[in-house]
Amino acid sequence: MNAPSPLDELERRLVRATQAGLPLVPRPYARLAEALGLSEAEVIARLQAMLERGAIRRIGVVPNHYAIGYTANGMSVWDVADEQVDAVGEFLGRQAAVTHCYRRPRRLPDWPYNLFAMVHGKSRAEALAQVEHLAGRVAAEFGPEFGNIVRGRDVLFSSRILKKTGLRIGAGPREG
Amino acid sequence: MAEHHPLDATDRAIINALQGDFPLVPEPFAAAAAPLGLSEAELLARLQTLLEQGSLTRFGPLFQIERLGGAFCLAAMAVPPEDFERVAEIVNSFPQVAHNYAREHRLNMWFVLATETPAGIAAAVAAIEAATGLTVLPFPKEREYFVDMRLTA
Repeated sequence: MNAPSPLDELERRLVRATQAGLPLVPRPYARLAEALGLSEAEVIARLQAMLERGAIRRIGVVPNHYAIGYTANGMSVWDVADEQVDAVGEFLGRQAAVTHCYRRPRRLPDWPYNLFAMVHGKSRAEALAQVEHLAGRVAAEFGPEFGNIVRGRDVLFSSRILKKTGLRIGAGPREG
Repeated sequence: MAEHHPLDATDRAIINALQGDFPLVPEPFAAAAAPLGLSEAELLARLQTLLEQGSLTRFGPLFQIERLGGAFCLAAMAVPPEDFERVAEIVNSFPQVAHNYAREHRLNMWFVLATETPAGIAAAVAAIEAATGLTVLPFPKEREYFVDMRLTA
């Protein structure tokens, strides 16, 4: 992975101007350019450069999962032997049902799980079935060693969104 | 939470087509509308409505905060159920808390911290522990195997 490139002042202003969204006008980049004292071409070029270096993952709509019918947001968590966790993580990450897949530290004794894979279903039953299907795929992939590799798993459903604002970068200078 | 507004076939086509690759050209709505068989004005009006009714949480660039020098960290707390609302209010009041979900587990509150520097995560964890009197368990990502939030509407 590339080293992070800290925001320069112009990018910071561009992030601040767009983190709530792009203006819904025929020429949104011209509108941003006007607010930032740039040309439309400079705004487009800067956004393109940020996309290319991965500072912007993508530009587009962000659907509200609940509103588009994915009411069952399941965080599947897996306790995978340390030597195998990357192989299982790569494998789970390739499955269509999984929208995010990360390795994270265990917090023993409270929390034995080191692999997190998010699934989204239109019902809890559908999300649970997806996780069972994933477990079946992992078992088929890793064979008889499966039971030693995946030692436990669980699915945590969200019962409520308490907050969802996304990233907010403040107006001030960088902290620290 | 957003009410459920029924989406018609055009709304679904817009959501499915525009989860990435929004054109970086002077008139991007016109460019994006054409393959959907819509006019620029129709696409703008649809997006406006989808945002207002909460079917979309936003429309624009999705920043990768780590590539901008910042940090994200998932964290969890075991909140006594009788204290849940009070603690949620305190946690949500921190601007570093980008998302917060109630989940059904002994660790029943899971939130994502987003800060402008990696050091900001530890500071936010300490501040939330001080404000709530509860232990915050940070779950920093050690490896990312896959991220793509695109879902079919």
